[in-house]
Amino acid sequence: MSTTLAVLGEFGNAIDFIFNERESPAGGTQVGGLAELWELMWEHLKLSGAAMGVACALSIPLGLWLGHIGKGGFLAINASNVGRAVPSLALIAFFVAYLGVGFTNLLLALVLLAIPPILTNTYTAVRQVDRDTVDAARGMGMTGAQIVRRVELPLALPLIFGGIRISAVNVVATATIAPLAGVLTLGDPIINVNTYGDEGRLAAAIVVAFLAVVTEVSLAGLQRSVTPRGLKLNRRERTT
Amino acid sequence: MSSLFAQLRIREDTADSCVADNGFCPDWIADNFDRFVDPFWEHVYLTVVAVAIGFVISFALAIVAYRRRWLINPITQATGVLYTIPSIAAFFLLLPLTGRGKTTALIALVAYVLLIIFRNILTGLDNVPDETKDAGRGMGLTDRQLLWRVEIPLALPEIMAGLRIAVTTTVGLATLAFFAGAGGLGGQIFSDINFKSNVVVAGGLAVLLAAVLDGLILLAQRAVTPWTRAVAAR
Repeated sequence: MSTTLAVLGEFGNAIDFIFNERESPAGGTQVGGLAELWELMWEHLKLSGAAMGVACALSIPLGLWLGHIGKGGFLAINASNVGRAVPSLALIAFFVAYLGVGFTNLLLALVLLAIPPILTNTYTAVRQVDRDTVDAARGMGMTGAQIVRRVELPLALPLIFGGIRISAVNVVATATIAPLAGVLTLGDPIINVNTYGDEGRLAAAIVVAFLAVVTEVSLAGLQRSVTPRGLKLNRRERTT
Repeated sequence: MSSLFAQLRIREDTADSCVADNGFCPDWIADNFDRFVDPFWEHVYLTVVAVAIGFVISFALAIVAYRRRWLINPITQATGVLYTIPSIAAFFLLLPLTGRGKTTALIALVAYVLLIIFRNILTGLDNVPDETKDAGRGMGLTDRQLLWRVEIPLALPEIMAGLRIAVTTTVGLATLAFFAGAGGLGGQIFSDINFKSNVVVAGGLAVLLAAVLDGLILLAQRAVTPWTRAVAAR
């Protein structure tokens, strides 16, 4: 019974850390509280959002194009296998050792981490579009670009979002070790435990876990909302 | 505990300018390779044990859910939450409950792979053709015999594919296990993150380990999937 209370005590203390600032165990400064955690979270979101934006801008057009012409499947499919085999910590350490610390270098590392699932899913999604549908679109006189934009993309959208979901959760998780590269995200209390104390570290872990679950749930919702629209578009084009 | 997070330089002061400049130094690597050996085996241990335990649990869950379909959604959602929680956060969420060490790291790693393996086993079982199952029943197989002699063998390619994803993912996540006090190659990377020789060797060993374990499962899959051999043995 007493251990249960002690356990609750640690979690309770961590939650208190999220809402109220306190003196750092290292002395001198105040740590914790909503204002500081919001600041760390904002940096976390900025970094993750930027990495996802760049990764999407690079890999979705490439995946659509490769899928449309039906070439480069080996590259697109093995990107995921290779990407999975490279540990995120090793990738970030490699960037730090060779390019140095900083937002841009870290962003590059996270973009590399985020590309493979989106690229693989986009390619696979386009290849899975019914060939008869594409032929029908071509028979209606659509150009290649029109087929990509009005037929293949809408039909591929749910699976592309699946890839974005995998990448986004992974990037949010990996942004936790960003302080190793000098960017102060929610991982700062985890890495600099001397400044924030054990309760600060536990508090950061709670917020990171929460952020990852929120990312997953909201992107899953978005994925569902794009699915019927794609199918509706497809139906309309078939009837006209 | 805080000493773990102090950035220790793993090198003695040296006259070697390559080492002093944080460079990539083949000589230093050759002389110091033994310091990577223990973290490497810790990494192997964490990966193999986590995937093995994860497999046993997911297998049991998948078999149960295969017979009782209504369980698929709750199991997928529960393992999905475990899959979504970043393992670095999971380590620290577990610390107050299970303390520092390999147990904490293993719990977090097992929790992560459950969804991957569960989903693949279930997909494999669902993809077994109905005619094959009917033929098995026609031969007088009971449900249990049908499962072990027909459905599971035919699901093996998907099951092994799930194991391959689980094993490569776990090698990557185990680089963070040192946060839970479980060692591994991540601790070695973290010990001197600016030193190119250290980062390249420790990171390279992790990638190599992922590739080797992936290849071993692929070989195992080739060895267990030729059904003709199983039939001849019977």
